[in-house]
Amino acid sequence: MTATRALGWLSLAALAIGIGWGLGLAPREETQGNVQRIMYVHVPSAIVAEYIACPLIFFASVGYLWKRRAEADRLAHASAEAGVVFMALTIITGSIWGKPTWGTWWTWDARITSVSILLLMFIGYLLLRAATDEPERAANYAAVLGIVLALNVPLVHFSVYWWRTLHQPPSMLKPGPMTLSPEIVRPLLINILAYAILFAYFVAKRVRILKTEAEAMA
Amino acid sequence: MTFARRAWAVAWKDVLVERRSKETVNALLFFALLLLFVFQFALGPDRERLGQVLPGLLWLGFILSGLLALGRTFLVERENDCWEALVSTPGDKSAIYVGKLLGNLLLIFSVEALVLLLFVVFFDVDITHALPALTLVIALGTLGLSAVGTLFAAMTAGVRARELLFPVLLLPVQVPVLLGAVKATEAALAGEPLSAVAQWIKLLVSADVVYVVIGILTFDFVLEG
Amino acid sequence: MLDGVTLDVRPGEAVALLGPNGAGKTTLLKIIATLTRPTRGTVTVAGADTVKDAEAVRRLVGLVAHGAYVYDDLTALENLRFWTTFGGRRLAERDLRSALGDVELESSADERVRTFSHGMKRRLGLARLALTEPRVVLLDEPFAALDERARKWLEEYLRTVKARGGAAVMATHGFGRDLDVADRIAVLASGRIALDRPRDGLALEELGRLYALATEEAS
Repeated sequence: MTATRALGWLSLAALAIGIGWGLGLAPREETQGNVQRIMYVHVPSAIVAEYIACPLIFFASVGYLWKRRAEADRLAHASAEAGVVFMALTIITGSIWGKPTWGTWWTWDARITSVSILLLMFIGYLLLRAATDEPERAANYAAVLGIVLALNVPLVHFSVYWWRTLHQPPSMLKPGPMTLSPEIVRPLLINILAYAILFAYFVAKRVRILKTEAEAMA
Repeated sequence: MTFARRAWAVAWKDVLVERRSKETVNALLFFALLLLFVFQFALGPDRERLGQVLPGLLWLGFILSGLLALGRTFLVERENDCWEALVSTPGDKSAIYVGKLLGNLLLIFSVEALVLLLFVVFFDVDITHALPALTLVIALGTLGLSAVGTLFAAMTAGVRARELLFPVLLLPVQVPVLLGAVKATEAALAGEPLSAVAQWIKLLVSADVVYVVIGILTFDFVLEG
Repeated sequence: MLDGVTLDVRPGEAVALLGPNGAGKTTLLKIIATLTRPTRGTVTVAGADTVKDAEAVRRLVGLVAHGAYVYDDLTALENLRFWTTFGGRRLAERDLRSALGDVELESSADERVRTFSHGMKRRLGLARLALTEPRVVLLDEPFAALDERARKWLEEYLRTVKARGGAAVMATHGFGRDLDVADRIAVLASGRIALDRPRDGLALEELGRLYALATEEAS
């Protein structure tokens, strides 16, 4: 069995456990009810997008500019694509969580807002790749852009966080922080792991496809 | 130091060309004026309401004008067919980045000065007490905008849908700088000392340092492409 | 477009690169000038690879192509001052004016290039080239739009470059006088070198015949 295939099965298994635990075993939250369970999708997606995809894009981009290896470029490309998926997932689940819980589709929560900006940045990254004709130039540009965007992530994170917490406009509904008991933390961690493995599987698969495409064009 | 001299040569060249052709400056200043009018029409004459959103409007004006100015960074090279010559001349390409950045800063600061003046006139605001703090904040924010904008201008110079891709790439990246600049401008206009928004100032400075350093380090790769 | 080009240029040699339009002459020059990368194969200039050691190649090479590489809104003098300073060399105004004098642009030194004729712009481009003191000179249609005196200057300049151990590759359409400075003739047709002969002792009619043959064969 290839490594990619193994990853696929592993992620399926981990997801099954994670989703099952989150939907079934984890305790029902008092104030919010069952809809709170969507946090088990929302938070892991956000963590994978911000703390796994972005650093990966950074290192792959630096690696490409340094060593000029096509694998680094493909890794950056695939991570950006998979990252965008997880970012979108974060926002969608955040929205679904927000409507019944706080009454609005869009809560300007620090996390959702940051991830939206990340989503916009990395969609731009993919657009730049698509708009550049020569593959070598596209790889160069994408690597430089990848570095700028990845370094911008902490700036986005902190600026948005301060924006939401330091100057609270009185009319805004602010989602209050949830108390994290062990019964909630455990399935959360499982899900984070599961989503990370899923991310790895997507990236591995995509890198394979990109490689085949590149070889076909040579 | 040759690097400094070469960067200066690029900046000086751009200033000379601009001074003679006056292509960009005039249109940009006029654009800023138009923008002010459009803001008025869009938001209505309620002075009270405008006063509240003044910092945001100000930076909106700066960013829109900045986008136009920065997008044209390498236009003079394209128009005169000098791009290839610039790239094939030996020497650290980052000197081009620094030179272009200096030129852009000069251009955008000029436009911002006009926008600020127009704001004072149109919205009847007294900013004399806030001028030093305001100048610092505007300088920091504009540097952040221009540092990334100059890099991205080179990156998008040769791709399809250049005019669309440039703002699409630049705007999301600018969010931290925008947030910091608006918050700090708010404080400055309210007469608060900048230490009250120390966090935002630190953010702006960090962003500026990161952007300029990355611009210098990676410019070679962008031109090689 | 270019497919399987093998060309050797030795020090002290000037090669005239002939070929029909679209054969790839300009592309080849651009590759040597490090402006484009070859999709396959390598080009080395004095041992430096155009892709891996691009900077080293750039210090050796000077290209004058269709674009004169001058800024319309600057004067001739300002253009030269910019390009030399940007290229890392500091020259006194006297030297810049003298270089302009060499190409008969002395009197227009302080006029904006926008007012120049096509021939004047070309001469300015040549002055710019000479000031960068390249060891390998790459020229695309060098003699087009040049008057008699400028021609003579260019021919003399190329001879000096060769005498100093440098080399030149000139892509050209013209036969006849254009080839006087060349030591070798190479014909680029259908993406490859179809002919490569020393210039010496090659009569024009003979060359014309060989050229026609080479381009026909290749197509």
